[in-house]
Parts: sequence; structure tokens; C-alpha cells
Amino acid sequence: MSEDFFQGYKGEALNLLKKYQVRVWGQAEVETTRGNFQGTVLPRSENDDQKHIVMKIVTGYNIGIDTDTITGMKETGYKKANYKIPEKEFPTTKGLPSVKLLGTGGTIASRLDYRTGAVIPAFTPGELYGAVPELADICNLTTDKLFAVFSENMGPDQYKKLAIAIGQEIEKGVDGIVIGHGTDTLSHTAAALTFMVQNSPVPIVLVGSQRSSDRPSSDAALNLMHAMTAAGHGDIAEVMVCMFGPTSDEYGFLHRGTRVRKMHSSYRSTFRTLGDVPLATVTRKGVAPIKKNYNPRRKDRNVTILPYFEEKVAIVYYYPNMMPDIIDSLVDNGYRGIIIAGTGLGHINKPLYPAIERAHAKGVHMFMAVQTMWGYCHMFVYDTGRDLMAKGIIPAANMLPETAYIKLGWVLGQTNDPTEVKRLMLTPVNDEITEREPYNGYLIFQGGVKDVDEFVRKVHK
Amino acid sequence: MITEFDPRANYEKTKKETGYVCRQEATQQTYDAIGFMSGLEVHQQLLTEKKLFCNCPAGKFHKSDNYDAEVVRHMRPTLSELGGYDGTALMEFRTRKEIIYRLKNETTCTYEVDDTPPFPINRDALNIAIKISLLSKLNIVGEVHITRKQYLDGSIPTGFQRTAIIGVEGEIPLKNKKVRLIQLSIEEDSCREISDIGHTRIYKTDRLGMPLIETVTYPDMVNPDEVKEACEYIRFLNRSTGLVRTGIGAGREDVNVSCKGGTRIEIKGVAHTKWIPELTHVECFRQWALLKVRDKLKKLYPSVSEWSMNHEYLDFDMFDITYEPLKIARDLGHKLIAVNLPGFRSILSHFTQPTKMFANEIAERLKVIACLEHPNMLHTEQFEGVITSVDLEIIAPMLGASDNDAQIILWGPAEDMKTAIETIEERCRMAFEGIPGETRKSFEDGSTIFERVLPGADRMYPDTDSAPIPLTDEEIKILGQDLPNDLIERYQQLKKWGVAESTYTYIFKNNLYPVIESISKNTGIDPKWIGNMIGHKLKWVEGHFEKGSEFNNKVLENMLDYLQKHNYDLRLAFRMLPIVYQYPKMDLDSVLTSLRFKQIKTDEIIEKIHFLDEKFNTVAITNRPKNRVNWIMGQLHGLARGNMSLTELHAIVNQKISHE
Repeated sequence: MSEDFFQGYKGEALNLLKKYQVRVWGQAEVETTRGNFQGTVLPRSENDDQKHIVMKIVTGYNIGIDTDTITGMKETGYKKANYKIPEKEFPTTKGLPSVKLLGTGGTIASRLDYRTGAVIPAFTPGELYGAVPELADICNLTTDKLFAVFSENMGPDQYKKLAIAIGQEIEKGVDGIVIGHGTDTLSHTAAALTFMVQNSPVPIVLVGSQRSSDRPSSDAALNLMHAMTAAGHGDIAEVMVCMFGPTSDEYGFLHRGTRVRKMHSSYRSTFRTLGDVPLATVTRKGVAPIKKNYNPRRKDRNVTILPYFEEKVAIVYYYPNMMPDIIDSLVDNGYRGIIIAGTGLGHINKPLYPAIERAHAKGVHMFMAVQTMWGYCHMFVYDTGRDLMAKGIIPAANMLPETAYIKLGWVLGQTNDPTEVKRLMLTPVNDEITEREPYNGYLIFQGGVKDVDEFVRKVHK
Repeated sequence: MITEFDPRANYEKTKKETGYVCRQEATQQTYDAIGFMSGLEVHQQLLTEKKLFCNCPAGKFHKSDNYDAEVVRHMRPTLSELGGYDGTALMEFRTRKEIIYRLKNETTCTYEVDDTPPFPINRDALNIAIKISLLSKLNIVGEVHITRKQYLDGSIPTGFQRTAIIGVEGEIPLKNKKVRLIQLSIEEDSCREISDIGHTRIYKTDRLGMPLIETVTYPDMVNPDEVKEACEYIRFLNRSTGLVRTGIGAGREDVNVSCKGGTRIEIKGVAHTKWIPELTHVECFRQWALLKVRDKLKKLYPSVSEWSMNHEYLDFDMFDITYEPLKIARDLGHKLIAVNLPGFRSILSHFTQPTKMFANEIAERLKVIACLEHPNMLHTEQFEGVITSVDLEIIAPMLGASDNDAQIILWGPAEDMKTAIETIEERCRMAFEGIPGETRKSFEDGSTIFERVLPGADRMYPDTDSAPIPLTDEEIKILGQDLPNDLIERYQQLKKWGVAESTYTYIFKNNLYPVIESISKNTGIDPKWIGNMIGHKLKWVEGHFEKGSEFNNKVLENMLDYLQKHNYDLRLAFRMLPIVYQYPKMDLDSVLTSLRFKQIKTDEIIEKIHFLDEKFNTVAITNRPKNRVNWIMGQLHGLARGNMSLTELHAIVNQKISHE
């Protein structure tokens, strides 16, 4: 394969580079109607226009030059950049727990991608050690890069592969597993793994970062340290999400994989446990459980791997005036299960009733979750709820809509028998349905209230 | 046995060897001999309503203890685009600082604390930056690329400053030469530091994110006064647009200095242009002195690899401690360490700056890198020695010290001592190479202290959160219309009019050139007179009276117009100005009444001379002509002021008095 000398350039810009024989990474002098410019030609991001050439000038800044203004170019040198996190061999320390890091992609470790101009995932133990040397004080780390996909591209195939890989690692005897993952669908994967990997003797910790590791203020390093601590030293042997507690660099939370949700598009402390309190806090000193009931770490290797998933499952987020054809089209397209995120206690409007009836008659499994996120489905309170249950919709208690979606996919991957589906759905694997909601499980602090402001002022949030 | 040593004499001797002279005695030859070279980075806040990358208000400031919340962050070095780590970043990481940000809801949103990606760049700010780039004769880029410039000191919560180049390769004309510009960039301002004690540094975020431009010159200046002149030019040019902020902190300079064979040293955040000459003068000699230190050490140790230092932990009980900081350290359970620096006798007390010696270079790094608060060390070459010969008799054998060596004693928390020892060793090793690349903090007396390791181009990284912004020829053309006359043309115009040079700073600083131009045009008054009146009298009034909220340039113009129309002596303005400045709504007749001004015809005043001339004979003690004139002038002064020129009256009195 010949080397791409004009990485990312198209159209007018590419023509000019070819005409003047200037390559990407070439040092160039450019004459333009706006004066002369000097620097190193950089690759161009694929999504940017074709009218500009990007250069890094000697002071380290990047600039773009308008192709319409260029009257001449000359390459005076060539030096390709080598962007590489310094790799150092990850040291093994006797007495430290062995932790396996499984990579899926995402921003936990990343580098610049000229193709998109964004950051792409990259990691090996050596790179991680180069970037976060403190990890070597926590555990003996090995890594496996299973896939390199962004969070939004994770799906059933990846869930199943991950579950199987986890099972193998547990059998091999690791003390804990950490999974690096983009944050967008981190909670979906956490739910899937909760169902697919049951009775694990060791912690399984999913971790991501909200600020990519190519920035000094990234949360990646601290999240990794927290996750490794939880996986190597913590006593909680469950599938958990480990991310920032407050936005400050202070402590992380461990959330149960079935009760956690990303609640802010960009905040560091975006992950919250809904309808309950978090499992534990974690610092580099160790894990401090908040909940008393959890599955403790065990010596045995008896894990159950259940890698099943039916893809023809959907979530329907109800809105006023929803038309029945939404449900009909799902049924016509062969969907076997639908999670409805209903209003309030679990409601949808009357015009949908015939469509619900048709779906039920075709054997589509329908469960009701609530779009309020917090609280239970209570379909006995109003007539609407009773009508819906009569038409075949089963209330899913306080299961989060996304968790219910993942669980229904997992259940339908194993059976199509309505009784068995209902039994599996309503029997919690790990708190996706809880019997009780603690009074302090629902806390949404609102700024502007005196007590809250006082609290935020005194405590780093 | 260690022999006696006179550090004060050594300091004076090395000062002489360095060839240090004070600035008043320095000539261009002085600077040529040590190869003075300097360049500037001039920062200027832009006058916009909002911040650069979010919609928080710009230009609102809070007191340090007025905040709504605190957020804590730590910074880690990351790779640059070209795959290197930056030296400053690694230094900051070693300091293990906990950074606390104090947030005020009014001026801070989730962007400032790095919990939200940037919003599209503030177009008003970008346009101002383009206008000033055009005035600076820079080549405007075709596409603006937002770049991240790493700052691990925590002054920006992201750990980097978003910044972008608007233009490159420009020039500004000084009196005798042209100074070339490297570039002009637009950037977000940083946090204001509240305190930095031990491992905790506290910032407030009110200023963070305000739009700023930075104009960078080539190191074309060859003496301290030229640096000041270039700086003033750039600042005046920025202000001449009327589109930038003024007031404390709105304009700040970093000054780069090096000497022949030296290193680029960046003096950061110089608050006043008038500090520049002394600062650059002192810094250039500091570098020259460090080269002397290098040569002396090289004579003893041709290669730095032959040099090594050693240290020993001491017990507080070994000494009779009277020095207060040591008593405190003992009570806090701190560690006490003695360090032997072979061959460093007469180096520690080597001249570096008029108020500092080489040992200060070490102490300053101990504060910044190892987080040991001053005073953090004692040494054997202090002017007022604390280490006694009795102490030395205990320490020297432990260290195996000889007569050529110098010793340092330091103390601090146990966990900081490793970094402290490394810091001392590192600085001493650097002395063999000459001048470490640093950014230095400036003081009014011209001295500087170590601030950080000098960052390089390795700290730049493309901002993956924002797309490039194209600048078309058409947009640039529109922005280029109605730009104020070039500053240099204004300079020359002021000169042509004959306005005193001492007024230029004030006039440009406050963008008053257009005011002179317009008053002169509207009233027909000589622009020279208006310029001098504004640059001297208005400036004086501004410093001595409180400004009425309604006072503006139009009020000034109305006053002059009034005097002109009534045919009053324009100098009446000098007396009216303080009143008009304080009470701009007062009608001008009333202003004159309050000054007890009465309009009298010139003839009537002259008529009185004869009477007064005779009267003088009856009151005079010494009858000399000069006394006579002065006495008569004194009697007529009040009447004449505002009605006729006193010089003119003086001449007439002189002519009319009896000269017997």
C-alpha cells in the first residue's frame, strides 16, 4: 500500500498540494495574497471543507490557509510526527492483586485522530502505565483490547463477546476485571453484563471518562485508579460502574449496573444511581460501601455466563398524541418485545389501545417502565393502567427503561414463552427491581435553595 | 575545620566582575557588550459583553471571599500533538498541587469548570481581534484553528487555554526602527490567583474565559527603553480602536529577555509598562552573572558529571536553636536536612540581581517546586549568618565538607523532602550549563523570582471540541473599513500640531485623539492647545477630583465652545474644569459665577495700572522695578484672569510703570 502523502485533503486543496508537490508533514513556505506563511502541513480532518490547507507554524499553533489566496508553495523539509504515548513495561509487584483491563474503546485512553479531528481510543498496559504510573501501586495489570469502538457503537454482539471474555478471565484466576468503555452507553453495557455474567466471584468494574485523557484536567486517570482499586481490592463482587462522585477530583461512586444512568451530557459526575443510593464510594485508599447488602468477593471460580440476546426489541418513549402506527410498524417489522416508557405511573393514551391489542395478539411481549426515571410503575391506581394490563402490558415495577430494554432482549434470547418471559423479567438478577425505595434514594439538589447553596459552598461538589 | 568567609565582600566582588551598572549609567554600549535582546507578548482584554467560549458576562469581578461554591482539581501532563511532554507540565505535576476554584454563579457556568464543551467562539471578540490584526499589518489566516495551550498551574480548570492565531508576520514602527511582529492570537483569559500556600493553590473564576488578544514581537529590541516604547505602541494601538478594555489588569505584558550566550527568559505579567526598563535591565545582567557562575564552576568541574552533592538528615536536638522558623519546624515535626554543595563556596553569594544572590535561585525553586514556604533554607553565605561556626563544626564532618564547599540547611514536611533535595541538585547542575529556561515573576523594584519552567511549543494541541472558522476576503474587507487612522499617523499628527510629548501616553491610553480632532474641528481652537490642555490639565483634574457621572467629552467640548463664543480667554478653562468635571450638569454661567469671575474689558484693566503704580510708592519696602511689577500683577491678577492673557498684561505693566 502506497503511503498517503495528502492525508485527508480533497478537491481544490489536494490539487494545490499536488501541483506544488508539498506533502502532509512537509515543511512549507506558502505565498498568498494575504502575505507569506511558513510551517508544517498537517493532515486535514475528513469532515472539514476542501478550501483550506492546515499548517502548524513554528510557535506551535495551527492555522488554515485559504486555497483561493495561494499563489505559490514550496516544500523545504519533511518530518513526520510520531504521536505515541511513551510505553513503559507495566511492573509486576508481588502481593498486589491481578487485574484484567478489557478495552472496548472510548475516551479512557485516547489519542488524536486526523481523520475525524476527534480523539480515538488507544491503549496497552505500557501506554497506560506511561500515562498513569500510579496504577502500578494498585495492582498488577494486564490488558486485552476486545474492540475499538465508540460507546454508541456497542451492541448485543459486543455484550456477548465481553461476557464470554469475562468468564474466561475469571476462570484464569484474576482478582478483578475492569472494562474501559465510552460513557454514552456505559450503563446499557453494565446492565447487559449484570444479566449475562451472574454469580461472579470477583468485582467487574466498568469505567469511562467524561473528559478525554488528552487533556490535563481529564477524569480518566482518577477514574482508572478508582476502578483498579475497586476491582483489585474491593469486596463487592458485582457488575458496577465506577465514575466521579462530585465534579471535583475527590472520590468515585460505585453504581450497580442495573440502577445507573448517565444524567448529564458533559458533567464529570454524570452517572447517578436512580431509585436507590449508590453501592459505595471509592478513593485510592479503598472502597467504602454505602449499601450493606452486596455480593461479597469469593475464592471460587463458579461464574455463570449467559450470553443471550434477541435484537428485535425496542423502547417506545410515549408522548402525547402518539399514533397507533408507531406500535403497528414495530409489530409489522417483526419486533418481539417492546418496552414502553409511559407517563406518570405508567400510562399511554387511549388511541393506542387497538394497536396494543394487535401487538399482544401477535405474541409481542410488552412491559411498562416509567419515563419519570424515579419511582415505580403503579398501574392499579387509575383505570388507564388497569385497561392496559388487561390488554397485555406488564408493569415492570421500578426497572429503568434502558435496563428493561436490555433485560427483555436478554430474556427473549432465551425463551419466547410468555409465562417464562414474565417470570424472568420480574425476578430481579441484581436490583433492577427493588422491593423498597429508600427515602434518600431520590435526591435532586436544586441550586438557589438556601440549604443546598450552603451545602455546595461548604462541600466540594 | 572550615575557614571564615566574607559573603558580602564576595557579593560586591562578583557584582563588579559581572560588570553591573545601574540603568542610569548604562549606555547602548553597555547593552551591546552583554548582547541585550528582548521581545514582547502584549495581552489586551477585549471589550465584549460576554466571554469568549460561553455566555457568561465579561468584566464582572468579585472579592476573593465572595463565592458560591468550590471545586477541586488536579492536573496531569498529556502529550502534545507532535508527541512530546512539556517541561513545565512535568514540573507542575511534581508539585502535586491541589487546585481549588472559587465559583460565583453570576460569572461562572459549567463551561468554566470544564464540565461543558465550548460554545461557538464569540464573534464580536473575533472581529475585534481581526481589526487589530489589520492595524498591526499582520497577514490574516485563511482559517482560524482553536488550539489548546497547556497550563498545568491550574490557572485554567481545563488544564489548557483555548487560543487561536488570527495573523502572522506584521510590523510596528517605532521612532527609529521597525519592530517585527511574530503573531497575534485571540485567547481566553485565565483565573485570578487568590493564594498559593504549600500544596494548595486557590483561584477565582470571574476573569476566566474573558476574551483577550496577545501580540507577540520578534526579539528586535536592543535596549530597555526600546522595549518600553514598543510596548506602549502596541498598547496605544490596541486602545486606539476603542474596542478594548481599560483599567487595572486589562493590559498585561510578558517580556522576553536574553543576553549574549543566554536563554530566553519570560518575565510574566508585568502590570505597568513603566516597570519594563528596569526589569529587562536587571534580567539581562542576571543572565550575564549566571554565565560567570557557569565559567567558574566549569573551571572546577570541566564536566557536570564529575559533580555530585550529598545530604544528611539532622536531628533538631543536635543544635541550640534560636532561629524562630526552625523552632516552628521542630514543633511541627518537620525534617531537617543539611546539604553539601562541593565547589559552591563563593557561588551561593554570587551576585545575580541588585537585591539577590545565587542562593535565592535555589530558595525560590524550593518554594515553587517542593512547596516549601519561605524562609525554607539557611546557607553558609548569608549576609546575616544564622548558621554559626559551632553548628558548622557539627555539620561539616557529617557531610565530609571541605573549604571549597558551601552548605545549605533546609526543613519541611517529610513527604516534600525528596522533591526538595532533587530540586536543589537540579538547580545546581543547571548552573553548570548556564541559564535555565524559566518564566519569572516581576516586582516593582526591577527584581524577578522563579515562577515556572519555561514552556515550549510542545504544549500545543488542536482543540478537538471546535471546528475551524474560515475567514473570507470579503469579511476581512468589511472589518477593515472605518478602522481608526494608523497610530503612527496620529503620533505624527500630534507632533505636527506641536502637542507636548509628555501628553501622548495619556491621550492614547484614554483614546482621546479623536476628541482633540473633533473639538478642534467644531470650535476652531488650536489642536495644540486642546492637546496640551487635555494631556496636562484634564489628567490632573482626573487625579484630584471625583468625576460626575454625566461628564464626557461632549461636556468638555461645550465648555471650550462657550469660552470661544463669549470671546473669553481660553485659559479660564483651567479654573472651570474642576467644577465642570465634578458637576457636569451645572450651566456654564453659574460655573463662572462660582469662580467669582467678572467680565471686564481689557482697557479697564490697563487703566488701573497708573493708579497702582503710584500706590506702590506708598506701600513698598524695597523699591525695585521687579517688585513693583510683581505687586501690580498681584493686584490685577484676579481681574485679568479669564479676561486677558497674563503674559500680555505683564508686558503692558512693565511698559507702563515708572522707571526712575
